[in-house]
Amino acid sequence: MTHAIFQMVCFILFAVVAVGSALAVVSVKNTVHGVLALVLTFFSTACLWMLAEAEFLALALVVVYVGAVMVLFLFVVMMLDIDLEPMREGYIKYLPIGIGAAVIMLIEMLGIIGIKTFNVQAGPNPAGASNVEWLGQALFTHFLLPFEIAALILTVGLVAAVVLALRVRSFSKHQNPAAQSAVRAPGRVRMVKMAAVTPAAPEPKPAEEPQA
Amino acid sequence: MSIPLSWFIVFATVLFCISIAGIFVNRKNVIVLLMCIELMLLAVNTNFVAFSRYLGNPGGQVFVFFIMTVAAAESAIGLAIVVLMFRNRRTINVGEIDTLRY
Amino acid sequence: MISQNLLIVLAGAPLVGALIAGLLRNQVGRAGAAGIAIVSVALSFALSCIVFYQLVWGGAPVFNHDVYTWLQVGKLTIGIGFLVDRLTALMLVVVTFVSLMVHIYTIGYMREDPGFQRFFSYIALFTFSMLVLVLANNFLQLFVGWELVGLVSYLLIGFWFEKPSASFAALKAFIVNRVGDFGFILGIACVLYAFHTLDYSAVFAQAPSLAGRTITVVGGHPWSLATLICLLLFVGACGKSAQVPLHVWLPDSMEGPTPISALIHAATMVTAGVFMVARMSPLFEMSQTALSVVLIVGATTAFFMGLVGIVQNDIKRVIAYSTISQLGYMVTALGASAYAAGIFHLMTHAFFKALLFLGSGSVIMAMHHGQDMRYMGGLRKRMPITYLTMWAGSLALCAAPGFSGFFSKDQIIDAVGESQIFGHTYAYWCVLLGVFVTALYTFRMLYMTFHGKPRWRVEHSHGDDHGGHHEQPGVLPHEPKEQSFVVTFPLVMLAIPSIMIGWVTVKPLLFGDWFQGAIKVLPAHDVLAKMAEEFHGTVPMFWHAFVTPAFWIAFAGFAVATYVYQFNPKVADRAARMFLPIFKILTRKFWIDEVYYNLFARGGVRLGRVFWKGGDAGLIEGTVNGSAFVAERSSRVFRRLQTGFLYHYAFAMIVGLILLLGGLWYWGLR
Repeated sequence: MTHAIFQMVCFILFAVVAVGSALAVVSVKNTVHGVLALVLTFFSTACLWMLAEAEFLALALVVVYVGAVMVLFLFVVMMLDIDLEPMREGYIKYLPIGIGAAVIMLIEMLGIIGIKTFNVQAGPNPAGASNVEWLGQALFTHFLLPFEIAALILTVGLVAAVVLALRVRSFSKHQNPAAQSAVRAPGRVRMVKMAAVTPAAPEPKPAEEPQA
Repeated sequence: MSIPLSWFIVFATVLFCISIAGIFVNRKNVIVLLMCIELMLLAVNTNFVAFSRYLGNPGGQVFVFFIMTVAAAESAIGLAIVVLMFRNRRTINVGEIDTLRY
Repeated sequence: MISQNLLIVLAGAPLVGALIAGLLRNQVGRAGAAGIAIVSVALSFALSCIVFYQLVWGGAPVFNHDVYTWLQVGKLTIGIGFLVDRLTALMLVVVTFVSLMVHIYTIGYMREDPGFQRFFSYIALFTFSMLVLVLANNFLQLFVGWELVGLVSYLLIGFWFEKPSASFAALKAFIVNRVGDFGFILGIACVLYAFHTLDYSAVFAQAPSLAGRTITVVGGHPWSLATLICLLLFVGACGKSAQVPLHVWLPDSMEGPTPISALIHAATMVTAGVFMVARMSPLFEMSQTALSVVLIVGATTAFFMGLVGIVQNDIKRVIAYSTISQLGYMVTALGASAYAAGIFHLMTHAFFKALLFLGSGSVIMAMHHGQDMRYMGGLRKRMPITYLTMWAGSLALCAAPGFSGFFSKDQIIDAVGESQIFGHTYAYWCVLLGVFVTALYTFRMLYMTFHGKPRWRVEHSHGDDHGGHHEQPGVLPHEPKEQSFVVTFPLVMLAIPSIMIGWVTVKPLLFGDWFQGAIKVLPAHDVLAKMAEEFHGTVPMFWHAFVTPAFWIAFAGFAVATYVYQFNPKVADRAARMFLPIFKILTRKFWIDEVYYNLFARGGVRLGRVFWKGGDAGLIEGTVNGSAFVAERSSRVFRRLQTGFLYHYAFAMIVGLILLLGGLWYWGLR
């Protein structure tokens, strides 16, 4: 029983932190602070997922989002010299509208879901001891093809990001290995026909040279 | 585990609505817009995780896995576009990007 | 046993020839196109002879099989098949023989024409179409062949389409034939309604069940189904075989090249109606009324269209009206239930009328494409072969004893005399007096063309200017002379059967059961059986001719023509003045054309204008343009929605989502 109460307390704690930091994400003036708040949100949500016994995904969330995506965001924000002031214009004007829309939506969603119907307790953990094994079984049997497609999507995303952001600088010096290895003799040596202007034959050396 | 399913759902809903509000108020900053989208995805993922656990079906968690994959690719490309845009136009203010206007 | 593959080659060879001559005309060249077309038709002719031999002397059974299933609708199966009995075999030989002769003749006639290969392609295609029509073993295939020959006829009448009169004539032929074809396809629909099949053998086997069956088309008046079917089919025959009142297209079709007039508009295509009615004899025998109509229409055509021929000056038009008149004879024979006589006349007529047309073509070539007989004359010495063969053809046409036309036409007159169905007296007098008219216009044509003094002159100054002859009729750049071998050979080849074929065929064709069930006649109608009792052989028939009224009437026509046009040409003008009203009626061709133009053509144009202005320009274009206008105007307003701002789109999405959720909450989960 104390175990259950402990879990609920933890849930409430992390949920409050997550919601609070999410509010910070959308409201802080400085985007860098916003990104950091988002990191906090992800972190607390990962803890909530831990409570839901989805350990692998919780760790993946931390590793992938906090470790990679958020760092990317941070890089971009800090790299670009953005004038933040014009982007904040209309913030106050739209604040009531935003809150209104969010509240209406919240009410509607909760009304539709009908919270009472989901007030259920979970059974024993189907994953047993290892969540990773449970997930891996599903992922590599039933979902093998989607898994490979996901790999492909990631590759395409990687290539696309590189191609988009790549800037070819005209002044930079670089080699082109393909052109280098494709080169042939005619491309390298230029035969030039010239008039046969022979310089005067050098004076024959003294006869004793061959003997030397 | 003794946390009711509805707690997770309420939490996800709240998170989702916060990001909706974020889209409204931060309508000109494309980076914050991207972050709001990440928040939305997080809310959805939380739902998936919770349902997967309560129904005892790994499909939900597999789904989260894929969503994370696609979202990572998406934010990478999105940020690349932002960089490109900033490089070409010296701004990422959505209010100045209206080439698709009538 | 007739081989199926042989029949496929027989029918398909001209199609292959037509395709090669037409589509590859630049590759094969003029000689190649002509050669391929002639070889393909010659092949068809040879195979037709084989089929004929196998069927008549070889004891082969009737061939009736589907080669290919064309379409299947519910229980109705329609195939492409062949029905080869003796009627078909006879038509095959006639069609391919005349076609072959015309092909050879065309080499000479079209020599200078730029559309040489196209022409060969068309006539080979025509031969194919006619074979499809003749070989059909069901109504729909018959209809396909029927329409195909109509199409080729249209193409060939309008062969010189740069001439407005030619394209007008082609259109006229096509449209008038549409009227007939409409009746024809309604008739086919009635056959389908009555028998639930379109196969010949099945339909004919059930034909006796038609007796007493009625159909109610207009409320409260049951019509005899047999009569309705036969009359509708006969409307088709009227259109194709140029019977009154759908004959108007045939004289105008003379705008086409002369070989075509010989092949299509005299020997073969126009006889398709006669062939069709003979083929449908089991159906026509079921309806006394239909037979009467056929008889009266045929007799009227035979006499009155012959009359018009007397006053024509264009040599081809004279023969055209003669063709209509002779077709009238054939149809009269059908109406008198003497189907065999009709088919017999069809065969002899094919030979001698093709001969006359080709002969007139030879004359036209000699006159440098002048067709007006008033500027001919005296060609006898200059074109001996044409002259002699034309005489042979004319004597055959006038039923001079011994010539092929004599045997067939006299039998028709006798058969009509024996017939007892309604209208036989009128028909008898028509066909009898028609003999006089035939002789009159035939010899008038001969005398005006070949005898007397030349009414043309030669002017060398016009030398090599071929276009000049149109301006001054009767002025020739060269002396008219006999044509080359490719022209005279078909003339001679056609003259031989024109003179002789009657002697050998009259007895088996008419007075034996030669057609063996291909033609069915009820005993009550069987006039040929009655005539057979009085028939004592071909030679006595020949001698008997000299005591029949038909012969003396024909002789009277010959005498009048000889007196008027050979010895005393002024009489013709005086007679024309004396009988001015009659003369006028005849030159205006009974005003039938005028009635059609004013009533149907003008009315059609006027009706079309109403629909054009009101329906098309007003309603349809109004709707189309109006909707385009509305779309354009409204999009001017709605495009304001496309602001191009990302957050506007995002707001729209979110608002939509909110509305959707609200709707779902309110209505969805009750």
